[in-house]
Amino acid sequence: MEMPAPDHRIISRRRQIARSLRRLVPADAVIDRAAELSAYESDGFTAYRQKPLITVLPVDRDEVAAVLRYCADEGIKIVPRGAGTSLSGGALPLADGITLGLARLNRITDIDYPNRAVTCGPGVTNLAISTAVSSRGYYYAPDPSSQVACTIGGNVAENAGGVHCLKYGLTTNNLLGLELVMMGGEVVRLGGKQFDAAGLDLLGAMTGSEGLLAIVTEVTVRILKTPARAVAFLAGFDSVENAARCVGEVIAAGIIPAAMEMMDGPAIRAAEAFVGAGYPTEAEALLIIEADGPEVEVAAATARIELIARRAGATTFRVSGSEAERLAFWAGRKSAFPAVGRLAPDYYCMDGTIPRASLPLVLTRITELSREYGLAVANVFHAGDGNLHPLILYDANKDGELRRAEAFGTDILRLCVEVGGVLTGEHGVGVEKRDLMAEVFTEDDLKHQQRLKCAFDPDGLLNPGKVFPTLHRCAELGRLHVHRGQVPHPELERF
Amino acid sequence: MDRLIEPADEDGLRTAIADAVADKRTLAVSGQGTKAGLGRPVEAQARLSVARLSGIVHYAPDELVMEAGAATPMAEIEAALDECGQQLAFEPPDLGPLYGQPPGGGTIGGVIACNLSGSRRPFAGAARDHVLGIRAVSGRGEVFASGGRVVKNVTGYDMSKLLTGSYGTLAVLSLVTFKVAPRPEATRTVLLFGETPADAAATMEGAVDGPSDISAAAYLPQKAAARSGLDDVARAGGPVTALRLEGSREGVAERTVALRAALATSGETEELHGRRSRVFWAEAGSGVLLPKAGEGGDMVWRLSLPPAQGIAGGGMIQQALGGEVSFDWAGGLVWCAPAPAENPEAVDGGAEKLRRIVIEHGGHATLVRAPEAVRRRVPVFQPEGGALAALTRRVKENFDPRGVLNPGRMFEGL
Repeated sequence: MEMPAPDHRIISRRRQIARSLRRLVPADAVIDRAAELSAYESDGFTAYRQKPLITVLPVDRDEVAAVLRYCADEGIKIVPRGAGTSLSGGALPLADGITLGLARLNRITDIDYPNRAVTCGPGVTNLAISTAVSSRGYYYAPDPSSQVACTIGGNVAENAGGVHCLKYGLTTNNLLGLELVMMGGEVVRLGGKQFDAAGLDLLGAMTGSEGLLAIVTEVTVRILKTPARAVAFLAGFDSVENAARCVGEVIAAGIIPAAMEMMDGPAIRAAEAFVGAGYPTEAEALLIIEADGPEVEVAAATARIELIARRAGATTFRVSGSEAERLAFWAGRKSAFPAVGRLAPDYYCMDGTIPRASLPLVLTRITELSREYGLAVANVFHAGDGNLHPLILYDANKDGELRRAEAFGTDILRLCVEVGGVLTGEHGVGVEKRDLMAEVFTEDDLKHQQRLKCAFDPDGLLNPGKVFPTLHRCAELGRLHVHRGQVPHPELERF
Repeated sequence: MDRLIEPADEDGLRTAIADAVADKRTLAVSGQGTKAGLGRPVEAQARLSVARLSGIVHYAPDELVMEAGAATPMAEIEAALDECGQQLAFEPPDLGPLYGQPPGGGTIGGVIACNLSGSRRPFAGAARDHVLGIRAVSGRGEVFASGGRVVKNVTGYDMSKLLTGSYGTLAVLSLVTFKVAPRPEATRTVLLFGETPADAAATMEGAVDGPSDISAAAYLPQKAAARSGLDDVARAGGPVTALRLEGSREGVAERTVALRAALATSGETEELHGRRSRVFWAEAGSGVLLPKAGEGGDMVWRLSLPPAQGIAGGGMIQQALGGEVSFDWAGGLVWCAPAPAENPEAVDGGAEKLRRIVIEHGGHATLVRAPEAVRRRVPVFQPEGGALAALTRRVKENFDPRGVLNPGRMFEGL
């Protein structure tokens, strides 16, 4: 994986650039000492590290705008960063780029209950939004497992999901408005508190754009009333096939649960050993299903889901009898990553999405690959929406194991694409899956995506080296190659 | 605009657009043409119809996903879904009758290109929230794809959203993939009669947050209610507040009883079951309860407002411009037909005044029906300014540098 070649003229001006930045933001907001810069050298994707040229920590929109205007004038690259929890290297620094940390824009500025909208800075954590409105019985639906730490700005950049997006959608479906600062320092507002935003859906285009289009300085999200009742079920199965059939049949029966998660044998046992959630350790697959809504609807769903699970061959079936037990059921799932992490010095978390029906096939193939690569794997899976998280176990200190884990991961993602799925469901492309983009997209597909970037950031200064395997200059992308339709146009092969 | 180009497949579509680019010929894009009245009038040198790019190519009910040619008739899609007990959760409204067309027309591509959503929108999301993937030909004459057949996907930019609601001004859709949903076992609508607008606002707000788990909330002032094809609504003799419940048979029955009991102190209630409930929301969602063109409804606006400001904003507009208003999306959508101006040719029909009030209330306005001459003069979509207008222009220029696709449909000169 290669990053764009650093510009040594920029690097050699480091001290002067830091001085200029200190005129735009308070002196302590500019970090340029090597020891302090180490804190920013990677994000949640720890396989790659790079110290940034300088880190700047603005406190408000005007400081962000001032920094961006200066950087645009000087041709200095920007890498935006929230809490640094990205699992795809979205905030991996550049040696010649400024890491723009947005964590200090961390104020909730407006809670509007009648319109069910919360407006806040991008540095507010995901969970803090729910916490701020919980006393009135509201919450913010997307719940990525890093929700204690990850910021809402980062959630927008990655279009973060979570276990409840089966019913409540991803970030993009819960976002009402954004304030952006463009690379040149111009401020743009998109959406607001109304349901449909005006004009082109730039709000939709911004969500999941991984910090390559503009810097988010304010976010308005929709909050929901906490459901009257929520019940979780634990269904153990002696095969992944049976569990997968249960998932398909729940959906086919017209039930959309609030969440429907699957863990395989190794993940079940690791989680149980870690938190003691009461999981059936002899099971080869476990479904955690949640139904929520009015009492009477939850009761109806409970009866139907149990029947479907038993018919699909569930060997155990438990219904949470209290709120404490429901949370305990989830505790195992939510701690699955660290639990699996205890089994080996390092793990590599994958994030492909597949059509649900191909789950048994994909898991069988992953087991085979695990044998071929000689690396263990545990599977945690947002079964309801087909989002797979295989956790590959390895030891970075053993020669070649990291490379082997990466090759294994690449094979899994290729497999996802092969069965009609995609490379990433919620973690983003970042640097991690950048070079695999050509497996999914043709050159014209990617060029059109880059043209969207050109509309926002024509000089390509925002987060270069992420998402796109090949960087084209906007002037080149903008050129119109006029060729009449009848002239043969070579269609690029799809892999 | 005499020439009609009607490609047989996506490659034909690409050829047609590439030729137009080479010849610098502008194209007016359509499917069935049922929504030609929505947007600014397009002046183009040829008409590009995608009507032949039709047909469902993939439908996996268990995966909750369907893929269809852009010009697949909505009727065909709805019939296929119905057979499997499924539906489109965003409840696309049938706007045909609003434009004097028979009901039941329109294509899935048209619904997506215009991002049209019905009464379930606040609870289930808009059309844009259900589009999973697209294939399209840009104004460069190049085919590109985005998204896929799975719901959870952040692989690359969400170009599907960019194209949804772009009115064919950036690219022409050839294939669309979208999420489908199980149709609830039962549906009932509780009608509450005689509420004032302020009371209705409180009722809807309370219902959205309440334990009933409603899936639609509308308020029809007396005149709008009187145009309903349903006796209970038409003969109400006053305004009607409507709340919809969907779910399991036993659940909906029980929730209806509870909701009516909770509303008992606010006025008389009634309930609509099954088919009649569906008829009600088809009417409420499609603007047909406002006066017809020529009978006071020459200009019809659709205002998107923060839901808690909808009733107040709509009331102020009615006070300023006369005419009628009607509310959906728990107040977040205001249908508005201002009283016709005495000399409509000379003025903007109150557009500026209306937009000022809408902006004060934190929303935006779309002129969904008006004579062509008015739509040429009055901005149909909320005018953009400053950095946002410049950004919109750069997006257009990147996807359609010669401006061949639907010139001027959204914004003058774009």
